[in-house]
Amino acid sequence: MSRLASGGQIDRSRDLDVLFDGRQLVAHPGDTLASALLANGIRLVGRSFKYHRPRGILAAGSEEPNALVTIGHHAARIPNVRATMQEAHDGLVAFSQNRWPTLGLDLMAVNDLASPFLGAGFYYKTFMWPAAFWERLYEPLIRRAAGLGRLDTAPDRDLHEKAFAFCDLLVIGAGPAGLMAALTAGRAGARVILADEDFRLGGRLNAERLEVGGQPGAAWAAAAVAELAAMPNLRLMPRTTVTGAYDGGTYGALERVSEHVGLPPEHAPRNAFWRIVARRAVLASGAIERPLAFPDNDRPGIMLAGALRAYLNRWSVAPGRRAVVFTDNDDGWRTARDLADAGVEVAALVDSREDVALPEGPWRGHAGAAITGTRGRRGLKAVRLRDRAGESWIEADCLAVSGGWNPALHLSCHMNGRPDWDAAIAAFVPAAGAVPGLAAAGAAAGAFSTRAALSGGVAAAAAALADLGMAAPPVEIPEAEDAPTRIVPLWRVRGAKGRAWLDFQNDVTVKDVALAARENFASVEHMKRYTTLGMATDQGKTSGVAGLAVLAELTGRGIAATGTTTFRPPYTPVPIAALGAGGAGQGLAPQRFLPAHDAIAEAGAAFVEAGLWYRPSHYPAPGESGWRPACDREAGFVRNAVGICDVTTLGKIDVQGPDAAEFLDRVYANTISTLATGRVRYGLMLREDGFVMDDGTAARLGEMHFLLTTTTAAAGQVMAHLEFCAQCLWPELDVAVLSVTEHWAQVAVAGPRSRDLVNDILARPVSDADFPFMACGEAAVAGVAGRLFRISFSGEHAYEIAVPAGHGAALYERLVAGAAARGGGAYGLEALNVLRIEKGLLTHAELHGRTTAEDLGLGRMIATAKDCIGKVNAARPALKGAGREQLVGLAPLDPAGRLLAGAHLVALGADPLAENDLGYLTSACHSPTLGHDIALGFLRDGRARRGAVLRAVCRLRDRDTACRVVPLPFVDPEGGRLRG
Amino acid sequence: MRLICPLCGERDLREFVYRGAAVLLQRPAPEAGAAAFLDYLVTRDNPAGPNAELWQHEGGCRAWLRVVRDTRDHDVLEVALAPGLAR
Repeated sequence: MSRLASGGQIDRSRDLDVLFDGRQLVAHPGDTLASALLANGIRLVGRSFKYHRPRGILAAGSEEPNALVTIGHHAARIPNVRATMQEAHDGLVAFSQNRWPTLGLDLMAVNDLASPFLGAGFYYKTFMWPAAFWERLYEPLIRRAAGLGRLDTAPDRDLHEKAFAFCDLLVIGAGPAGLMAALTAGRAGARVILADEDFRLGGRLNAERLEVGGQPGAAWAAAAVAELAAMPNLRLMPRTTVTGAYDGGTYGALERVSEHVGLPPEHAPRNAFWRIVARRAVLASGAIERPLAFPDNDRPGIMLAGALRAYLNRWSVAPGRRAVVFTDNDDGWRTARDLADAGVEVAALVDSREDVALPEGPWRGHAGAAITGTRGRRGLKAVRLRDRAGESWIEADCLAVSGGWNPALHLSCHMNGRPDWDAAIAAFVPAAGAVPGLAAAGAAAGAFSTRAALSGGVAAAAAALADLGMAAPPVEIPEAEDAPTRIVPLWRVRGAKGRAWLDFQNDVTVKDVALAARENFASVEHMKRYTTLGMATDQGKTSGVAGLAVLAELTGRGIAATGTTTFRPPYTPVPIAALGAGGAGQGLAPQRFLPAHDAIAEAGAAFVEAGLWYRPSHYPAPGESGWRPACDREAGFVRNAVGICDVTTLGKIDVQGPDAAEFLDRVYANTISTLATGRVRYGLMLREDGFVMDDGTAARLGEMHFLLTTTTAAAGQVMAHLEFCAQCLWPELDVAVLSVTEHWAQVAVAGPRSRDLVNDILARPVSDADFPFMACGEAAVAGVAGRLFRISFSGEHAYEIAVPAGHGAALYERLVAGAAARGGGAYGLEALNVLRIEKGLLTHAELHGRTTAEDLGLGRMIATAKDCIGKVNAARPALKGAGREQLVGLAPLDPAGRLLAGAHLVALGADPLAENDLGYLTSACHSPTLGHDIALGFLRDGRARRGAVLRAVCRLRDRDTACRVVPLPFVDPEGGRLRG
Repeated sequence: MRLICPLCGERDLREFVYRGAAVLLQRPAPEAGAAAFLDYLVTRDNPAGPNAELWQHEGGCRAWLRVVRDTRDHDVLEVALAPGLAR
């Protein structure tokens, strides 16, 4: 094996620095790692998955099953890269994998000796007993032995990107068919994307010595690419694999942006995952050659005939000194000819067809013959020929095999389409219309001659243009070979002893498929799973059809009746990093910040995530340890002086229109239409199934203008619900709803000194007489047009001030400074929670979707005189009456006793078991006002059990606390502090 | 999958949220009784073929849409605005 003296599409003037297992390779720009390995005489490049058999390079494209290597070091390393897809570049470092300690001496190769015991179904039959061994012994053992390359566990430091593109026509593959399709559509002025997984466009034209339009195919392709590159309406995407076809003309594609350079340009991603939306698509993905199944057909040096031509012609590599060609079709003959023309000795041209006139050449032709075995542990040394004269060994270091070609039709099956069997070419072809808008052309459609590919590309593009209402320009189809496809498929060589591989990547042999058939895993999908044929990253590119053909033969069914397994996306592996690009770290979810976020952070607050919002949980003071002292202190601000809290996160919904009041009567359980302008009412919303959706306030700002608040958690749900009601249920109502959550900053000012504080900044001070509890109205706040609400979530005399969001930070800072001067300050979410539990007020801990108004003690809020969403279903017998869990307050018998949310309630003498369960705690805290723990919870028939003593048991934190059912609220039951 | 929003044009699926069967448009009259409401809430056809559904263009204009989709192949046969917007 070596580089030929001249020729090839490589730049011999430059040498690249490439290492494989520490060995320096001579490589040139234009090389792949695979071509460089072969040019350097390296045949053994990997070990097989199961038996650790020595393996070499089989193919020249993305179908390569054997030559999987690891590229790079440490966190930047990428396992299972196909050597055939990796471009050589300066600084490329590659390692063989699945071997220990070295590629040449792999101790796991002992598996190969044990192969009689390791056939299909081996795991299922062997690791059955004893059951307890599975988790502790078998699975860890199997996991260690299985798999190919290994990932590094350090975080990935590389950049990855997501990208989007739109076009009239997506052409998948840039061989003769794809180039002609792109030229046709491009000249017509359509927006075209031409994507190909190779870095050099042209497909097989670069691998063959065929003429197109009177010039070498590669030169014709280069000229076509140059014309396309000059078109402003056409985008060339080399190094881009279209990996999946999805609904609505959407395609996934992986672009390897900088895998081919040693040092990517700054900010360049390693990969980009594209979503391409195409009105029409042409599948011009070519075809994949099939190997032949005969004993020991997996040795390094055995290569697909077409791949061998690619290495000869494109990379100028002679993959051996003495070659044999084994084929069941005319196409294999080309390899014998190209080898001989390149000066490689061709010892034999072996054709399995009986009545075939083999071409003349410097070789011995053997028709009706087969290869029945091979020798050479780490590389091919000889092949055994069986012909009419009997069996004989032929010395050879290279064997080219061709079992015919399979159209690369995978994408056409991604939306559950099944391909059609075409007996004339012994291959499956894409079913028409299997993916709406996608049509196959050229070899992908089973048209294997160059001329047929060129004309097929034109026809497919013209049909797409017609669909799009665009005129196709006249396109001249260049002259090219138009040889017919002649094949008598040889799915396996019969009458030869030894293991014959079908799936090289998963180590599946003919014997395994036979075993599957014998054990009645005779459906092709069962056979796949039983043997693993066609699984994993390979997806049966080289093995699939041969595998099912052997199964068809063994079960006596035809190939068409046997059918294929399901081809699923992706066509080739896509790194998760590319699919999830931008989603690492803070990219995982957007962050929503309060208007006063910076001031709150500056005050040293600890933040807590509430949905996407970041809210202050508490403000630790010097000397305080943990959150509790801060929380107690902040709650004290509100109870004794004045506290400030940014409550902008509450959902705010503006409702306007002549029918706004009627609309709100229908969506709230209680009546809103009777509310006077300038007043606020607590409102309860039900879901149509009768359970509580959310609670909040409705403020009437004008006759036809309301402002609703929702809880932070349900803001999105309530908004969508109101839009549904307005748009879908009651189109006759003249009402508009709009979320204004982001538009208004809102700050709560709570505590006995709150009125004094708000009067400091209001243009017109308020008094309790003209602005009582539940009043609302416009208010000039420090020169800004704002709104004032006298509402409270703490049970104290309190206000909420709203100003346009841009003024929120200034308002907050001014209020906090004023509060501090009055002995108060800012309070966080922990204190807010304590204050509301003390008052028995609800959050989504209680409104958790399984509670009714009745459960919450709010049954009488459902107005009897009108309909509302959920009213009919709330009256269902199971949602009312005895046995339901009802909201109660709980306090420990011992003031030092601890209550925890999530604890379950059982009777004092009962075991804490599911059958004794009486309810559970939803919210619990230490009440600084009362000096002991308090909790809200749901207790079966709870309202009738006032005074009862129960156990609150929390197994997670090992608490078992005797507690008493007490009336709500815990603090200020008369509400004097609130109204005063 | 892509949907053609009557207000915004053709957009990717990720801008839309599926909200249930289009049956939800036919809310019974309040006096229709519990059985009618139960039907409205939970009784659904499960056709292999065209199915009328409600989607919301949540990441766009927020219109509620009545979409007829073939459940066998996601072919979108019809997209119409909810009645309140279609007026």
